[in-house]
Amino acid sequence: MKNDKANIISALRKDILALQGIRHDSNNSRLNKTIGILKNAFREKSFPVGVMHEFIVTGQENAAVTNGFVASIINPLMAESGPVIWVGCNTDVFPPALKAFGIAPEKIIFIELKKEKEILWVIEEALKCEGLAAVIGEIKELTFTQSRRLQLAVEKSKVTGFIIRNNPRAINITACATRWKITSLAGENLDGLPGVSFPRWNVDLLKVRNGNPAIWQIEYSAGRFKYNNKIAAIPQQLQQKTG
Amino acid sequence: MQRRFISIWFCNLATDWMVRRNPSLKDIPFVLAAPDHGKMKVTVANQLAQQDGIYKGMALADARTINHTLQHFDDEPNTEIKLLTGLAEWFIRFTPSVAVDNNDGLLLDATGCAHLWGGEKKYLTDIHKRLQHFGYSHKFGMADTIGTAWAVARFGKETSIVESGLHTTALLPLPTTALRLETVITERLQKLGLVQIKSFIQMPRTALRRRFGKELLQRLDQAMGAEDETIQSIIPAELFYERLLCMEPIATRKGIEIALERLLDALCNRLVKEEKGLRKAILKCYRVDGKIEMIVIGTNHPNCNSKHLYKLFEDKISTITLALGIELFVLEAPVIEDLSAVQEKLFVTNNAVCDVGLAELLDRIGGKIGVQNIHNYVPDAHYWPERSFKVATNIYEKITTEWKLDKPRPLRLLKHPAAIEVTAPVPDYPPMNFRYKGKLHNIKKADGPERIEQEWWLQDGQHRDYYCVEDEEGCRYWLFRLGHYDVKKTYGWFLHGFFA
Repeated sequence: MKNDKANIISALRKDILALQGIRHDSNNSRLNKTIGILKNAFREKSFPVGVMHEFIVTGQENAAVTNGFVASIINPLMAESGPVIWVGCNTDVFPPALKAFGIAPEKIIFIELKKEKEILWVIEEALKCEGLAAVIGEIKELTFTQSRRLQLAVEKSKVTGFIIRNNPRAINITACATRWKITSLAGENLDGLPGVSFPRWNVDLLKVRNGNPAIWQIEYSAGRFKYNNKIAAIPQQLQQKTG
Repeated sequence: MQRRFISIWFCNLATDWMVRRNPSLKDIPFVLAAPDHGKMKVTVANQLAQQDGIYKGMALADARTINHTLQHFDDEPNTEIKLLTGLAEWFIRFTPSVAVDNNDGLLLDATGCAHLWGGEKKYLTDIHKRLQHFGYSHKFGMADTIGTAWAVARFGKETSIVESGLHTTALLPLPTTALRLETVITERLQKLGLVQIKSFIQMPRTALRRRFGKELLQRLDQAMGAEDETIQSIIPAELFYERLLCMEPIATRKGIEIALERLLDALCNRLVKEEKGLRKAILKCYRVDGKIEMIVIGTNHPNCNSKHLYKLFEDKISTITLALGIELFVLEAPVIEDLSAVQEKLFVTNNAVCDVGLAELLDRIGGKIGVQNIHNYVPDAHYWPERSFKVATNIYEKITTEWKLDKPRPLRLLKHPAAIEVTAPVPDYPPMNFRYKGKLHNIKKADGPERIEQEWWLQDGQHRDYYCVEDEEGCRYWLFRLGHYDVKKTYGWFLHGFFA
């Protein structure tokens, strides 16, 4: 009796999720391998694909870090399906560097436009195209209505959309499934070796539908996110004495 | 249907044209001359001059000693080709497919045309009369193959029309030069005493190939009709085109949409049947007042999907000025490709369907916002960062060199490096701190330098010494020093990119 109830509830939950347009692909194991511990924040421990993700960016340094994070997620997506469209107003992405994230840069189609309206139109059209692995849109403002339109488009086509918002005036409510903020962290060298180490990021999942927001400090190396407890420890200078 | 070809040979095209322009030249010997190796040489001599013993290639001075009254004119290059192209266009009245043959003749594909004039004889008489009226001396040949028609026009003695199926008999008595061979081969044939075609036509083919090469056999086959030969018509036939005539002039957008839909459906049906796809389509709207309105679309990939093509046209319908109305719609597809190319995958993807989808998406975006805004990049074999990649000519371009992975590269690169203020110890240590956009960054970690030299064969300038640095906030930058430290302070520090 008790089991029946639980089964019914879980079945209903699944239906609701489907209605909300959230899809959990059980076969995106490659992607889940890449993101490692981050998958715990999502329902069924699987990164949601076929939805809209929103990234908040402040400044040029931050933009590069966010691009890096997005690129590392796109890599497993591209391995399974087609090319990626990258739309923006002034995308000074350096294609050869994408190769370091395992992406074939020639498979990314860059579209550079001046007007935000045109960018939005292109993002929506691209999201409707089923053959694409992902669409990355760099845009400043995104209203709820606009985000709803994009979300409806991806629900049909099952393309994953990434909206990178550079210096938005206000962080408003959107229909996107997640909202992220990625910032850089000082790297740590193994055994005190000199030089610049692997990139380290502070990943802040501000908002997630059907999941738990969280903060991680991760290192990107060898094509995956490495979570280290040591990194997560609060730095010495920030520790406060209590009592 | 039995194919019929006509070859017309203009014996004195250039001189006849001179006479046509200036009738007073008709009874005087004259030549055309052009400078060659520092002296004037005769390029064309008219009939009267030839009777005096003046021939092509003779020095003009020599020709004038033979006949001191000889007139000469400058020979403009390509006169013959221009004249022949003009004539070929005029010949469209006789047949839709006319080609220029070298620089002294025309080739007409007269298949199924002669009966409109009441038979081949009347057809040729008409052509002959008209050319005679123009004043061009000429000779014909009409036969089942281009080779025979050409030979008969130039070397035939009795008749100019070779009855259908009799071309072999007509060829036999003709000299070897009638086969359109290279002079080397004809000379070799003549040396061996093979003066007429009949003297070697019976020889085994292997022997002929061994001694005279493949070309002789090919020309022989073409003349005999064993090998197909086509002519390159000056006006290529528009194979894929549809027209829609309207009872009443159309002056509404809706009307155009309906017309366009019908035309596209008809065209796409044909394309699908023949497994072809269009790359470019033109909709011509003939207005009542005689003007033609046109809209042109292009696609990235051969396409025969009428709905997609309709969408591409739809955006541009508003550019048509309707005025009093449109009475005729013509849809042309000038650029056609085989549809099998669709199966050629855009990128290595799991399903071919998405390729079509992507190509259609790019068509749509390109149609609305301009193709110049869409790029994808392929690697280029240069170390200089700005030149290490280039815009691909099309989205299907294959990469010829590998993307370089050996050195770290920033994910975002400034289009123009930004000048920064730096505190750096000499000689080549990385900077200790730098100021960018008014903010001071203290450098905690650094890698480098990586020297990249300017490519002197492309551009002058100093080398760059690149450093990857990380500041106290963990942000990673790509800095470089331009040039060596020197007394005149020609060096400078720049920020070029941001690492992830």
